[in-house]
Amino acid sequence: MTWWDDVLADPVIREKVPQATLETLQMVGVASLLTLVLGLPLGVLLHTTSAGGLTPQRAVSAVTGFVVNIGRSLPFVILMIAVLPFTRWVVGTTLGWQAAVVPLTLGAVPFFARLVESALREVSPGKVEAARVMGSTRRKILGSVLVREALPAIVAAATVTVIALVSFSAMAGVIGGGGLGALAISYGYQRFNTPVMIACVVLILVVVQAVQIVGDALTRRLDHR
Amino acid sequence: MPPAHIELAALRKVYPARGGDVVALDGIDLAVARGAIHGIVGRSGAGKSTLIRCLTVLERPTSGTVTVDGEVLSDLSEARLRSARRRIGMVFQHVNLLDSRTIAANVAYPLEVAGMPRERRAARVAELLELVGLAGRGDAYPAQLSGGQKQRVGIARALATEPAVLLCDEPTSALDSATTRQILGLIRDLRDRLGITVLIITHEMAVVREICDSVSLLEHGRVVETGPVGDVVAVYGSRLARELIPVPELPLDDARSLVEVAYTTDDVATQDVLGAVAALGDGVEIAAGTIETLAGRRVGRLQLDVPAGDVDAALTRLRAAGVHAEVTR
Ligand SMILES: Nc1ncnc2c1ncn2[C@@H]1O[C@H](COP(=O)(O)OP(=O)(O)OP(=O)(O)O)[C@@H](O)[C@H]1O
Ligand SMILES: [Mg+2]
Repeated sequence: MTWWDDVLADPVIREKVPQATLETLQMVGVASLLTLVLGLPLGVLLHTTSAGGLTPQRAVSAVTGFVVNIGRSLPFVILMIAVLPFTRWVVGTTLGWQAAVVPLTLGAVPFFARLVESALREVSPGKVEAARVMGSTRRKILGSVLVREALPAIVAAATVTVIALVSFSAMAGVIGGGGLGALAISYGYQRFNTPVMIACVVLILVVVQAVQIVGDALTRRLDHR
Repeated sequence: MPPAHIELAALRKVYPARGGDVVALDGIDLAVARGAIHGIVGRSGAGKSTLIRCLTVLERPTSGTVTVDGEVLSDLSEARLRSARRRIGMVFQHVNLLDSRTIAANVAYPLEVAGMPRERRAARVAELLELVGLAGRGDAYPAQLSGGQKQRVGIARALATEPAVLLCDEPTSALDSATTRQILGLIRDLRDRLGITVLIITHEMAVVREICDSVSLLEHGRVVETGPVGDVVAVYGSRLARELIPVPELPLDDARSLVEVAYTTDDVATQDVLGAVAALGDGVEIAAGTIETLAGRRVGRLQLDVPAGDVDAALTRLRAAGVHAEVTR
């Protein structure tokens, strides 16, 4: 019983851990929101402009594909440092969870866009053809056939993306973003405060599990196959 | 003959490809009368799907015209086509229902597209589900239905905007034979009740035998045989006649000659044909045969096993008796 009381009495656990948890949630929350908002249209663009898409556009497809691939192939640590000037220009600083949102979003958008693209590709072309024969406009086909039919897969992709963001957020924390990852490293690794490290790891695990459970439940609700 | 309701004139479709263009349709002329059920048959790659895609102008023909219900579709702009397509209902092999929508919402889709107000849609959907025998199943999802039921939904959806023509691309190829008969029965029943013109693409002769009034055989993008089913079966030796009245296959290693006999009872009674065969003598045997009634005509095909030396004599005597006879092996 005594070690448990000691752990709870530790000021780092009492004050820093809750604050770091909040930072992680804010960082991941805002980055996730931005990623979904920016990545969905980008994924749709990748699919519709491709050869078998609704409005094939070779040049647009090639350029977007190339840009997305750059974003996908850059290791996150490098991306984070490379975009520092951009981060300062957008947020005004390179420190704090707000600043971490910028590289997190830039790293996750191409990842999510590719997942959205492949989810859309899984929608059978027969459904699109049927809608065209019924006189549907391309816009309606995009919304009510392609995106709607791919929605369970898109939600599953969003779940994977948000979980990836949680893990990247630990890395972003290291260069000044704060959050549970940064706390785990500075107290647990550099100051040998094992209880803090364990607390951080457990909390990250809880966040990941929660995202997965919510994502799975949503996917199941949407999927009628 | 009444004016054609679906008319294709000199229709060509060429797909440019590396190492030579692919001529998928090579000058198709086809006319289907209002209220008829017309079958298009042909081997894989003959151009059947291309034909139906050109009919809906999902694929622009390279040249030639497509006229449906008096309107030349092949001339229309994409925007005009969208509304013109409402007069065409289409049924697909894989049905292509939206899995995310209920049955009712699937049937409502073309009505939504056509801009029918929500209040009127529900009544129309109920009416359509009733028409195809699925009343009360509107709240189910496609995944909860059997293949045959899904195709009924596909048919209800195709009929939603009261089209003048119904195009069916292999509507029963994914179904078992009992379900196939039910679906074909439904299509014929709908034609009788609604007076729609039906074009049905299939590789199953059973479909043609079951419901088609007329049929065309497509080969390498051309119509090589065509006509009312009752007429084409009487064109002895034609591919359609042979495939519509199949005779059980005989073992290939049999060394004796086969003489094929074909007739319709318009010309000669079955008893007289059998009498003529019996009169050929002891060496001749009936190896296989089919006698059936198709499109109101009684037709027969027999394979005779004839000793090699007697073939010419047998042919002469059979022809004199008024039946078609030819050597097939
Ligand atoms: N988009 C396309 N591009 C190039 N060639 C095509 C295309 N679509 C069809 N073809 C060619 O046109 C020919 C006719 O094809 P089609 O799909 O119409 O045949 P089908 O009769 O429907 O065959 P199946 O019974 O196998 O469905 C084939 O040689 C095919 O390779
Ligand atoms: Mg085909």
